[in-house]
Amino acid sequence: MQNSNDQRALFATAFWRDNVALVQLLGLCPLLAVTTSVVNGLALGLASAAVLVVSNTIVATTRRALLPAARIPLYVLIVASLVTCIDLVSNALLDDLHESLGLFIPLIVTNCALLAQADTVASRKPVGEALLTGIATGAGFVVVLVALGGLREVLGHGTLFAGMPMLAGGAAAWMQLNFPFHGMLVAVLPPGAFFGVAALIALRNWVGRERPAPAAAPVAEIAAAPAQQ
Amino acid sequence: MAGAEGGPIRTAALVAIIALAAWFGISASHDFSKERIAANRRARLIASLNSVLDPALRERDLATVRIGVTDKDLLGNEPIDVYVAEDRDTPVAAVFATAETQGYNSTIHLLIGVSRDGVLTGVRAVSHRETPGLGDAIDIQKSKWITQFDGKSLDVPDRSLWLVDKDDGKFDSITGATVTSRGVVKGVKNALLYFESHRDELFTAAAAARSHDDAEQ
Repeated sequence: MQNSNDQRALFATAFWRDNVALVQLLGLCPLLAVTTSVVNGLALGLASAAVLVVSNTIVATTRRALLPAARIPLYVLIVASLVTCIDLVSNALLDDLHESLGLFIPLIVTNCALLAQADTVASRKPVGEALLTGIATGAGFVVVLVALGGLREVLGHGTLFAGMPMLAGGAAAWMQLNFPFHGMLVAVLPPGAFFGVAALIALRNWVGRERPAPAAAPVAEIAAAPAQQ
Repeated sequence: MAGAEGGPIRTAALVAIIALAAWFGISASHDFSKERIAANRRARLIASLNSVLDPALRERDLATVRIGVTDKDLLGNEPIDVYVAEDRDTPVAAVFATAETQGYNSTIHLLIGVSRDGVLTGVRAVSHRETPGLGDAIDIQKSKWITQFDGKSLDVPDRSLWLVDKDDGKFDSITGATVTSRGVVKGVKNALLYFESHRDELFTAAAAARSHDDAEQ
């Protein structure tokens, strides 16, 4: 019981409170660059999350046996190998998608969220906890990439879920929604990425603000009280 | 905490094991994907060559011979590939993959299909970094602008009129992207000029390459 509460708290922390993209602001390079559509965001998010989960697990499994000096090179080796595998396999099986993501699949290696996780969480926590944190962090990253991709795709192209067959096969073509407007170009240009991520961060802060507020209220009263005397 | 860290030997052993696992993983994915990636690449190439060939030729499974050519004045700084399509040992068309031309932001790579007699059968801008919303209208997915070259040759319109309308030529320019339009028109014209002066050379080289292949088989 206690255990499952802990797990829930752990998940909530990694997914929401310390959301890797919106709070820690890590991994902004792929976040800003590829999120011109939902399918791009989803694909890169899933690839990054998969690497994160597997690398967290391996790092956590091996953490006790390692000299500190050997840690970082080993993380790099693990992450780079996983990314290479994903790059090759996606090139073989999801060729069109691989083409549209281009360089950003190999660049998952340089996603600092991965190394940050490996070094701060996975190398200090038991395997189960590292795995769960990896899943939650990855999910948080996917959600932000998809939300930003969706926002920019609707505003920039006037479509939603266009190109899903690239990821999920021809049967996914029904998902595409077309809106009755052309879209504002700026949304798919680099400035649109910054506006979009700013909007999401603002939204995240606005939603996140509501919970601490009641707890903070008594403190405010105490603090305000002496001033009135 | 004591024992939280391993010694050098354990570390080295672990690194070796992980490196070995990584090696296995990568070579397994490589073996798995190698042929599929090559097949994807071939399909992509054939699809792109077909996109600029005469529609009548697209259905046929034509033999193509790749010839590397370089012409700094007409085709750009890099060596490029020209694919000669042959139908029963007769050259029927050539595809430039890809001719370079200078756009507004960067180099534009043009895939250009020419029939045996020098008439354009299709032009596509396959890679470019022109301004989204303006210059990217050269992309067939954004607008039909690039199809205006279909059926044109150095005689239709006359080669002196191979300019955009703003320069008193015969080709429409894209509103707001005159420099891009000029670059594409010039690139296509240059490829046609190259084809005009090197056509026999290309076809002979293709025939030679094919007979060489046949001899090897």
